[in-house]
Amino acid sequence: MITLDINGQRIPVDTDPDTPLLWALRDTLRLTGTKYGCGMAQCGACTVLLDGQPVRACSTPVSAAAGGKVRTIEGVDRTPVGLAVQAAWERLDVVQCGYCQSGQIMSATALLERNRAPTDAEIDEALGGNLCRCATYVRIRAAIHEAARALA
Amino acid sequence: MSSLESKPPVAPGDPAGTLENVSRRHFLQGSAGLTLGIYLALPPAVAREQAAGAAPFSPNAFLRIGEDDRVTVIAKHLEMGQGTYTGLATLVAEELDADWAQVRVEGAPANAVRYNNLFWGPNQGTGGSTAMANSWEQLRKAGASARAMLVAAAAEEWRVPAGEIVVRSGTLAHPPTQRQASFGRLAGAAARQPLPATVRLKDPAEFRLIGRRVPRKDSAEKVSGKAVFTQDIHLPGMLTAVVAHPPRFGARVQSFDATAARAVKGVEAVVEIPGGVAVLAKDTWSAKQGRDALRVEWDESRAFRLGSEEIRARYHALAETPGAVARQEGDAAQALAGAARTLEAAYDFPFLAHAAMEPMNCVVRLGPDSCEIWNGEQFHTGDQKALGALLGLPPEKITIHMLYAGGSFGRRASKDSDYLLEAVHIARAIGGRAPVKLVWLREDDMRAGYYRPAFHHRLRAGLDGDGRLVAWRHRLVGQSIMAGSPFEAMLVKDGIDTVSVEGAANLPYRIPHLRVELHTPTDIGVPVLWWRSVGSTHTAFSTECFIDELAQAAGADPVAWRLAMLDAHPRHAGVLRLASERAGWGQPLPAGQPGERRGRGVAVHESFQTFVAQVAEVTVRADGSFRVDRVVCAVDCGIAINPDVIRAQVEGSVGFALTAMLHGAITLEEGRVVQSNFHDYPLLRIGEMPRVDVHIVASAANPTGIGEPAVPPLAPAVANALAAATGKRVRSLPVDPALLKA
Repeated sequence: MITLDINGQRIPVDTDPDTPLLWALRDTLRLTGTKYGCGMAQCGACTVLLDGQPVRACSTPVSAAAGGKVRTIEGVDRTPVGLAVQAAWERLDVVQCGYCQSGQIMSATALLERNRAPTDAEIDEALGGNLCRCATYVRIRAAIHEAARALA
Repeated sequence: MSSLESKPPVAPGDPAGTLENVSRRHFLQGSAGLTLGIYLALPPAVAREQAAGAAPFSPNAFLRIGEDDRVTVIAKHLEMGQGTYTGLATLVAEELDADWAQVRVEGAPANAVRYNNLFWGPNQGTGGSTAMANSWEQLRKAGASARAMLVAAAAEEWRVPAGEIVVRSGTLAHPPTQRQASFGRLAGAAARQPLPATVRLKDPAEFRLIGRRVPRKDSAEKVSGKAVFTQDIHLPGMLTAVVAHPPRFGARVQSFDATAARAVKGVEAVVEIPGGVAVLAKDTWSAKQGRDALRVEWDESRAFRLGSEEIRARYHALAETPGAVARQEGDAAQALAGAARTLEAAYDFPFLAHAAMEPMNCVVRLGPDSCEIWNGEQFHTGDQKALGALLGLPPEKITIHMLYAGGSFGRRASKDSDYLLEAVHIARAIGGRAPVKLVWLREDDMRAGYYRPAFHHRLRAGLDGDGRLVAWRHRLVGQSIMAGSPFEAMLVKDGIDTVSVEGAANLPYRIPHLRVELHTPTDIGVPVLWWRSVGSTHTAFSTECFIDELAQAAGADPVAWRLAMLDAHPRHAGVLRLASERAGWGQPLPAGQPGERRGRGVAVHESFQTFVAQVAEVTVRADGSFRVDRVVCAVDCGIAINPDVIRAQVEGSVGFALTAMLHGAITLEEGRVVQSNFHDYPLLRIGEMPRVDVHIVASAANPTGIGEPAVPPLAPAVANALAAATGKRVRSLPVDPALLKA
């Protein structure tokens, strides 16, 4: 039994240590906001924060997450930055199909938590691992700037 | 997404239907109180059944109003990102005079009679950019009728003339007596009112929601992770299935050894199905590990074994011979022979995968006499028929829960219900003892086929001594999408699949001698399917690139040259003028960095009765790599129901089309699909996304679609910009940067 710290809660998880965090979140804990897209850290749909750093949950074994603090989309509104990002996303109607957006929001939150005024180039770099097949990229950039303004 | 938009509505009788109040026969379950239900007129059989109390309560209305003031719009179309839920709700709320904040949206159940796509006859489904166009009158009538009944109820209760009652933002008021009431307060009384025989729809000048930006109805759920996709469904006792699929199209299971698979912790069953071997487990990861541990021997004796290069060679050979004639004006052969100057160009297009972010999946629960499906459902009626046929059940026994789709781009409108049937086969193979969630891993999704077909185009054109385009011959080679689909009879005529040549056979330019021919090979065993904007994905490229090349040969400005031939097509001309004006066409582009070459290119195309022109600006580096800096778009989709959703669709379409142009290719080697995941089938990343400016033509025409039509012009506009920058013409997609080296 491994104990994970997820969104501030310590939760025992009955799973093999090498099970990817993604499937422990989705199938065991039913936190389904984190999405499966590729299983090989190519698309970023499964992005969660581990000790504040964006990681791909599909390629992070549960054992590597134990002992750290995991934040998922379900807990992103626990910080002012996360709240501001979600609000900007909603204000600008960034989403289309929405499937990748949890991952986008987690990466954007991580970016703004360390850089309150990112440039377009910094956004492109920080969000470069998050694919959006609907190509909502124009609005993702705009929403990150919008959230930065709201936080300033 | 099929392209059935060009067909007139084929529903019999009044396509927008007569409305019927069913609330008097049905009370809502639970304690929500009386509600007002507005239904399309039910067919006699269903009405009899309901009157007899035989039919269970089912929320088949286009709208419900609860005593809690909540207005629920029932959406008959799939929300896959394109904004349908928001658009459909806007139509109802506009005529109802509801407050946007009180409106929520719910997906309709499968019911071909009540929820059919009015452009598709008795078929419920989403595609061909038809959702708004076919619902435009129907859903406004639904809203207007409900409003009239609320007004009648208020008039009766207040004993005032109905004509003195005003409705605004979910409230009815009678100003002379200063009385007012919310929708919810009057919902019960309204449900007892007779249905109005006729309703007056608003004049566009009266619109309060249509034409304005109203926020999307799905944003809040989608930014909080709460939106439910098929992938997120969990039912009690459910097993998750991951399938070993054959390595080649047409191969079958010969034998398999499941010993190691069954030893994987969590694995509950291993079953053979027609399309492979399924491993069922308590969770996805166990199922995947079980699948990976399977040993399967495949019978490939009947498998398709050609590679992409061999297919291309066959297509090139076919293009040497005349094909079936899709359009003929004048005598193109004679005019070409007599032309002062002729040009030729050939274009190649690869297979493309839809690669929606949510790989295909489906949840199924079988009962003794029932089948319940959870799916990002795009083709309700076709899927009901196919699943019913497999199970020996009447189609209406197939219950479908339509969930949000994590993208589709046409893929979830499976023409033969492929992945749904797979899910049902698996559930049946375990005797229906547990609900089953079929999960395709990315690799399964990428290699399953149902691709945008590969195509080869060959064009020849003639200019007269004054540089006028007098002759045009266009020959296309590629598989038919509609063959084997429910639309085959409607859309394949005299050997011509109309979607193979859409955008080519209806070339808008005034050319006196024109001939379009099609070869449809039937010996390519790769399943193909509609892919966002369908035939126009390739026809816009070849026609608009070749027109551009001809303008250059004629020494003419590409915009002016096109406009001179578009005199009979004012909406093409309108968007072309608007895009070129807003892009500063004719003014020099600012220079790039040293060693960089810059260029601007244009394209215009109609698809799904929507007209889009785009001007692209590019910067090409010395090594041939390039970036698209800006795309200026002009769109004419009739009345703009929600301009912000239109902008979003155009922005997204630019990115989607650019993905294909820069990266998109599914290739085969000896019949095996080479690509498997995003490392070798890359999608556009944020750093590659250009700035997109969107200009919407003001229009009084009925609305058409916008989910697809901004895709086709992008690649030719960019290719023409690359030609302006480098002098090199792109003939094959995706673009090979080596072509553009300085």
